[in-house]
Amino acid sequence: MSGIPHDHYEPKTTFTKGVEKRLPIIGLIYGTLMIPTPKNLNWMWIWGIVLAFCLALQIVTGIVLVMHYTPHVDLAFASVEHIMRDVNGGHMLRYLHANGASLFFFAVYLHIFRGLYYGSYKAPREITWIIGMIIYLLMMATGFMGYVLPWGQMSFWGATVITGLFGAIPFIGEPIQTWLLGGPAVDNATLNRFFSLHYLLPFVIAGLVIVHIWAFHNTGNNNPTGVEVRRTSKAEAEKDTLPFWPYFVIKDLFALGVVLIAFFAVVGFMPNYLGHPDNYIEANPLSTPAHIVPEWYFLPFYAILRAFTADVWAVQLVSMLTGGIVDAKFFGVLAMFGAIIAMALVPWLDTSTVRSGKYRPSFKWWFWLLAVDFIVLMWVGAMPTDGIYPYISLIGATYWFAYFFVILPLLGVLEKPAPLPASIEEDFASHYPGAAE
Amino acid sequence: MIKNLTLSALTALGLSATAALAAGEGGHIHDVDFSFEGPFGKYDQMQLQRGLQIYTEVCSACHGMKFVPIRTLADEGGPQLPEDQVRAYASQLLVADEAANMHLYDYNEGAARPLTENDHFPANEAQNAPDLSLMAKARAGFHGPAGLGINQFLKGIGGPEYIVAILTGYTGEEKVEAGTTYYENTAFSTGWIAMAPPLYGEDVEFADGHSNELHHEAEDVAAFLMWAAEPKMMARKKAGFVAVTFLVILTSLLYLTNKKLWAPHKGKKTTL
Repeated sequence: MSGIPHDHYEPKTTFTKGVEKRLPIIGLIYGTLMIPTPKNLNWMWIWGIVLAFCLALQIVTGIVLVMHYTPHVDLAFASVEHIMRDVNGGHMLRYLHANGASLFFFAVYLHIFRGLYYGSYKAPREITWIIGMIIYLLMMATGFMGYVLPWGQMSFWGATVITGLFGAIPFIGEPIQTWLLGGPAVDNATLNRFFSLHYLLPFVIAGLVIVHIWAFHNTGNNNPTGVEVRRTSKAEAEKDTLPFWPYFVIKDLFALGVVLIAFFAVVGFMPNYLGHPDNYIEANPLSTPAHIVPEWYFLPFYAILRAFTADVWAVQLVSMLTGGIVDAKFFGVLAMFGAIIAMALVPWLDTSTVRSGKYRPSFKWWFWLLAVDFIVLMWVGAMPTDGIYPYISLIGATYWFAYFFVILPLLGVLEKPAPLPASIEEDFASHYPGAAE
Repeated sequence: MIKNLTLSALTALGLSATAALAAGEGGHIHDVDFSFEGPFGKYDQMQLQRGLQIYTEVCSACHGMKFVPIRTLADEGGPQLPEDQVRAYASQLLVADEAANMHLYDYNEGAARPLTENDHFPANEAQNAPDLSLMAKARAGFHGPAGLGINQFLKGIGGPEYIVAILTGYTGEEKVEAGTTYYENTAFSTGWIAMAPPLYGEDVEFADGHSNELHHEAEDVAAFLMWAAEPKMMARKKAGFVAVTFLVILTSLLYLTNKKLWAPHKGKKTTL
């Protein structure tokens, strides 16, 4: 499967020869597990396994939760309480699932920022990156719809606000919103379709995860140097790599263990810390909560959505140029989706020929500023929309776009990169002087 | 604090019983050292029983607790009443609001049937008072600083503290607006709450002779409501402890395995 020269599976017994002739599945598993992996991968390369674990955890706990959950506006909230009180281990299942979503997003953000720093999105891994972005979008859709299912106050009002974004599309917005909701407002039809899609999308994600893994198994992993594995011969490739099993399986499992210690501490000792108290109040269409705040993992993009208010000159200009068709609300929606699309386009926006940020002296600073920007946006997304907060949102949102559309294209031309190591072997040896054979 | 005041002013529009639903911010909330806090905290069984008594004799006149099955009063990690007592308790419970409990309505008798331990606590919507099943998780006592969530990390989310603060936060001032009386309360987001002071101190007599001063009563009923909202808390903490312990051992072994596995490639000698 991999483009890196390596051993292929050779069936030895009559039985395995027979199976392999008819369906080369043992060879496929062998090829997947034994893929040559750059031996200098650092600890930021462990989030993939954490994400795979999260997907499995969410699907397994979710399937069991569905056995006890009732998707109906009059019964959903009570059925969640039934799970919490009467179902054996139900409180653990639900807390694992709810906090599992948080771990999922925590890991995916580190995974994405790893890719952004080490240039994992660059040729020839653009398709891996794009599929990853689609997975991330589907995760957001799934997470959002899952949060609606307990039918608490935040569920209901979050659904109202987020589907309202589609209502901001000029001309066709309102019909689209009605079509999405299955009626004029968030109601039973909405809950039922969100339930249906919340069950469906994880399997779409699982399918795309397989394609994501397939894609990077074909190109080989990126690595902290961004220097490709040498592929002229198997002997040379073996100096740069080690097989995934057992070296990276054990390493990743160790890292997963560390992550899970923190995860189970949260689930066991503070399972509601990342949630919102208002969601323990049953949905009430007649009572709007004082603050409608999305889950923490949506906050950076929620901040970008809210940053572009009607008094921002860029919004006024666009509104004037389009004859008022693009108003502040629609501008905000475009900015929010645009912020994610900017990330998806990064393979073509980054003009630098050097892949890894390690060897890009100016890029490093801009990258870390982007990471800080992301955290600031996450913080300001939960803040009220008065006082200084809208200005912080606006600065944060502007930097987000500037990074992708201005800084990255220019840096590739202006920056003088540091010299790259000749090979992964050389880089690895510089970390472990005793490793020279 | 200035931020909270601004928010309070914004939410002041919703001065009704339903305003309490949306609230949960502002006011003075003092940290209470409850027995069930922290990774190893446990409910105090006697405190839960006292809280149940207060709930039954005072709160249930206006509030319901419709998600809590009565039988769970006998569960381990709760008030843990003997089963015959739970049965007796259920049979003497009165349904104050028949309209909100139609599933209990006996058409032959023309009234609600007597409750059994397999029923839930009755709902009570007659006075527009919010249901108390999840109240201790539906309010946040602590915020910030600056929206960073550090206080909630250190002190907990503060639902029970919020309940204590509300029950002890009355100043004695009253006002009438649009025919409804509001009572000044230092813990409530808008400063004025529609609930009349439910406890004054010495409202109930405890069989165990425990103090029935106002702040004791408030803490006891807050603890009981925390149990009502999170009855599996002790089982959950135990599961968390077992999981973390197991994972620490497993991860340590994986660490050593990984070290030994990679040692030859990193040119290191293994000591294992």
